[in-house]
Amino acid sequence: MQKVEPFLLSGNLAIAYAIKQLNVDVVSAYPITPQTTIIEKISEYVAKGELKANFMLVESEHSAISACLSAAASGARVFTSSSSQGLLLMHEILFITSALRLPVVMVVANRSVSAPINIWNDHGDIMPQRDTGWIQFFVESAQEAYDKVIQAYRIAEDKRVRLPIMVNMDGIVLSHTYEPVYPLSDSEVASFSPWNLSLKRLDPDNPLTIGGFCYPDYYFETRYQSSKALEDSLPIISKVDKEFGKLSGRSYGLVSPLKCDDADAILVSIGSISTTIRATVKKLREKGKKVGMVSLKLFRPFPLNELIKSIKNAKAIGIIDRALSPGAVAGPLFTDVTSALYLSKMSIPAVNFFVGLGGRDVKVEDIESMFANLKKILKSGKIEKHSYYVGLRE
Amino acid sequence: MIEIRWHGRGGQGAVTATELLAKAAVKQGLNAQAFAMFGPERRGSPVVAFTRIDKEPIEVRSHIYEPDIVVTLDPTIINIVDISTGLKPSSTLVINSKSSPKELKKSFPNFRIATVDATSIALKRLGVPITNTVMLGALVKATKIVELSNVEKVVSERFNRINVEAVKEAFNETVVLEA
Repeated sequence: MQKVEPFLLSGNLAIAYAIKQLNVDVVSAYPITPQTTIIEKISEYVAKGELKANFMLVESEHSAISACLSAAASGARVFTSSSSQGLLLMHEILFITSALRLPVVMVVANRSVSAPINIWNDHGDIMPQRDTGWIQFFVESAQEAYDKVIQAYRIAEDKRVRLPIMVNMDGIVLSHTYEPVYPLSDSEVASFSPWNLSLKRLDPDNPLTIGGFCYPDYYFETRYQSSKALEDSLPIISKVDKEFGKLSGRSYGLVSPLKCDDADAILVSIGSISTTIRATVKKLREKGKKVGMVSLKLFRPFPLNELIKSIKNAKAIGIIDRALSPGAVAGPLFTDVTSALYLSKMSIPAVNFFVGLGGRDVKVEDIESMFANLKKILKSGKIEKHSYYVGLRE
Repeated sequence: MIEIRWHGRGGQGAVTATELLAKAAVKQGLNAQAFAMFGPERRGSPVVAFTRIDKEPIEVRSHIYEPDIVVTLDPTIINIVDISTGLKPSSTLVINSKSSPKELKKSFPNFRIATVDATSIALKRLGVPITNTVMLGALVKATKIVELSNVEKVVSERFNRINVEAVKEAFNETVVLEA
């Protein structure tokens, strides 16, 4: 038990506080619900002189990420955040940021995409960014959002990594919920994630071109290198999380399993829904049900081995997607998890649950119904259909 | 775990009320979660907010469907919203009303009821019909969910002495009728 009194912060305010402690040099963003209060709070810190950053007002998210990219290339520590349509507008620059190996850190307050317009939470905005080459975390609480942002700068700026990072925090559910957050001291943050100026690239005294034209004889290699860099970042991400645990008492792992060892039925999830699943697993365990769950903390690079270790003993798996992938074989997370099973030569029956789109509330009973569904598969040994739309009115 | 549902109208500070209550709970070593049902609410339209308080860390993140306590910030909200939805027999209603709990018993026969004329207290003390801090005083009197001193602390940190006086007056004026 920590003895200090925690702050009561929303996810957004916890992020802003971390950014202040991280002494970020350049912040550029464009307002969009539910991300806006992060940037509002940071602009207040800058206005009061509590954060000596260049706060760049721009006319769109496309410009915000472009400004961050350029500032990072000149050696600045940068931050931006967005949601939904704003993130979609950043899309083309996201590929460039990772390929140029620039340590931009962004928080995405995950929100549905239009149409119809909806300001609430799902993963419709982030799933189209899967292949942009960024490291992508998902968090489950305001505390974890705060902790992950601090870890993110250390990882992104590591010479062996040098990649941009998105910290995904479910909009409204986390961004606007107030809960206890134990902050680190300013000096602890400064010593854990010190800014590494050796990353400076663009310099008027030593002119150089980055992101120039590339013929077919080198393009493949260049793209492969950024892809490889993302793959190779996994052990470093893991190490930083463990070191953070030594400092703060809080480490999260690449995946977070609960009761998986002897569970017949396991749910796999990402983001804030995982905490409700955790509560449901505890409740069902009290009734003697052999259920378990695993939440992926890291989505890209995909923690294949860690995930397989958690789910290998299951007899039925439910994989939860909070975004549709129209026309695809299945939902985004389902496709990843079942590929991981295939590559590990495992054929555990798996079904895809789509739930909680556009802020539709996910209740304990919804999670219980998913476990009940898996139980039916356990009993009959048959999968009637692969996709279930939980709570959908047809 | 104690689950609280707040009913008010946009502009009466339901979101702030839930945050202040959570802050008071955290001050005395409890865990808390404060959130609202965000929508296209404008000043005057009905709003709903929630607080969870527990000794253990709170994991459930759904809305609250079976609250232990319901608080109303607006005296007319009971006429337009069914505030008793999902209530359990042991639940407490803390209502901003000029009526006594006895008079409201007809409408809510199965529950513990507490009432206070929060709008009059707010108008007298603050000059505006913003009842969130006032109803915190009533909530503490009716349920003892947190210490009054902790509510006074968080209200004075966020607002000022006059709000603290309003909390105290509401605490003293609230009338409780057991179920």
